[in-house]
Amino acid sequence: MSAVPSAVDTRPPASSGGAAAFWKRLRAGDEIAIATTFLSAFTVILVTAVLVFELYQKSAISRHAFGWSFLTSTTWDPVAGNFGALPFIYGTLVTTALAMIVGIPLGVGAAIFLAELAPPLLSSALSFLIELLAAVPSVIIGLLGIFVMIPILQQIVPPVQDKLSWIPLFSGPFYGVSLFTAGVVLAIMILPFIISISREVILSVPNDQREGALALGATRWETTWNVVVPYARKGIAGSIFLALARAMGETMAVTMVVGNDPKIAHSLMAPGYSIAAVIANEFAEATGDLYQGALIELGLVLFGVTIIVNGAARLLVMSTEKRGSS
Amino acid sequence: MTSHVSRVLAILLAVGCASAALAQQLLINGAGATFPYPIYSKWFDEYHKKFPKISFNYQSIGSGGGIQQITAGTVDFGASDGPMNDKQIQEFKEKRGSNILHFPTVLGADVPVYNIRGVTGQLNFTPEALAGIFLGKITKWNDPAITGPNPGVNLPNAPIVVVHRSEGSGTTYCWTDYLSKISKDWETKVGRGTSVSWPVGLGGKGNEGVSGQVKQVNNTLGYVELVYAVQSKMTYGKVKNSAGEFVAASLEGVTAAAGSVKDMPADFRVSITNPPGKTAYPISTFTWLLVPDKIADPAKKKAIVDFLHWMLTTGQTMTSALDYAPLPKTVVAKEEKAIAKIM
Repeated sequence: MSAVPSAVDTRPPASSGGAAAFWKRLRAGDEIAIATTFLSAFTVILVTAVLVFELYQKSAISRHAFGWSFLTSTTWDPVAGNFGALPFIYGTLVTTALAMIVGIPLGVGAAIFLAELAPPLLSSALSFLIELLAAVPSVIIGLLGIFVMIPILQQIVPPVQDKLSWIPLFSGPFYGVSLFTAGVVLAIMILPFIISISREVILSVPNDQREGALALGATRWETTWNVVVPYARKGIAGSIFLALARAMGETMAVTMVVGNDPKIAHSLMAPGYSIAAVIANEFAEATGDLYQGALIELGLVLFGVTIIVNGAARLLVMSTEKRGSS
Repeated sequence: MTSHVSRVLAILLAVGCASAALAQQLLINGAGATFPYPIYSKWFDEYHKKFPKISFNYQSIGSGGGIQQITAGTVDFGASDGPMNDKQIQEFKEKRGSNILHFPTVLGADVPVYNIRGVTGQLNFTPEALAGIFLGKITKWNDPAITGPNPGVNLPNAPIVVVHRSEGSGTTYCWTDYLSKISKDWETKVGRGTSVSWPVGLGGKGNEGVSGQVKQVNNTLGYVELVYAVQSKMTYGKVKNSAGEFVAASLEGVTAAAGSVKDMPADFRVSITNPPGKTAYPISTFTWLLVPDKIADPAKKKAIVDFLHWMLTTGQTMTSALDYAPLPKTVVAKEEKAIAKIM
């Protein structure tokens, strides 16, 4: 900094305005606005930082005992004190991926319909109902999964399996609880997030865009698909990121339908386990420092996995954006 | 006008009295096991009605949490479905500078529940069959180990779907403790614990998760609390005890199991699975209150001691109505003496 000549410094000297100028600026409101909003943003970052720090510190005993092999080991034996995270990471990724595969087309499709094609009255009524869905406690969704969805799936899945059993993803016996079931339940849970945010974003696309496309002779659908949706793409992607994080961290509904079996199954119809579910299941009764440390380290792993997946998704969106604009 | 003033005065007086009463209230905090929560809350409620100045606040956060909180000194008593091990007791002594006492309160039992299309009666299970099934060695319902003790029952040639608890629980501790006692294989490969590395099976969350899974899937076998099986009217199997009798779990059979333990240790830290005795049901357990032997506050000490005496006498008469097995008389007599250790 000392290399910069003072003559180039165009900022007014700090003392020049004095107290009067400071109060004037303060009265204008800018400083207050900056200070309060900065404080808000900083609080969120601080909470996250403290969270990661605590997870890191409290998992020390487990990190020292297992090192990096914690991420690759498939054993989870509380009695012998042997812990590995791989089956849980696998289960989290598979259920989340299924939820996104089912949830994104349904959610974005519904949002387009509600924002562009449905009569306004129907649109606002349906949107209200969908937002209510977001307020349903996850334990209720889990119970619906057990008592309504699983009996239905038990009727539908086995006949389909008979036809598709040559695909490893659909092989093996179906007990109702499975990675697939958890994925479908998660898809239902993330739908309201995708739909309500995407709908708002599409509604906020300026009307000139639509009028311009229509004036050029585009049909209503061409206008929606080629003009409105690309315009709203960033907002839609944002809703999907939110849904992604929600799906990865969901606990109660997943544990109720996933089967809670820490094995890496090749079939989607087999039971599995997720990181959030095992923490919720075992933390209350975990005695011994190593056991608790391992569960806390799983929390750290979930944080890491969420960052990686979210980052990858953002990169994907950025790369398509470049292609779109060229 | 005067009536108005006097009314205000009366209200003020009433509020004053109420707050004075509140000030004298003695609140005793506890935390731990979920399994005995219904009977504990009944006890604490009845006791509060009888002695309005004493109230209990019990958080059913799980046995592990109960042990942690009493060790950390954040509660006045803990509760656990499994006794504290030597290491945990050592830690308690180091942190709190006193000893921890175990007081059995009621008994619970685990029962095998199943769902096989066409089979409605009570099946008989031998220890070998249960261990074999949960180890994944017996995989079909028509295995001779299962059909043998069940003549005349048409068991299908179908794979057994095992269901266990997914979360850590005293129920699982009792079940795996029993399997460890009757099968060397189980003891070395899996062992006992509130959650274990299951060789086979699906995990259901809570008694309701296991029973829901069992009800919905054909050819399943799981285990739930006796209380839960009775209250939700599920059919459960009989288990062969160490005297060679097939016994259906009942409150009497569970109390008999506790009474048949020959050398009750002075600290009551004892597993009562697979006990001797013809009528004893083999898969049962005590649940314990964990109380420090030094309580600094004399008022709290008196309240806890009084409550323990009340729990062993009046309290025991309330257990059966809630489907908990009461303690046998021998244990009650021994506990009465142990209360004197609280200083």
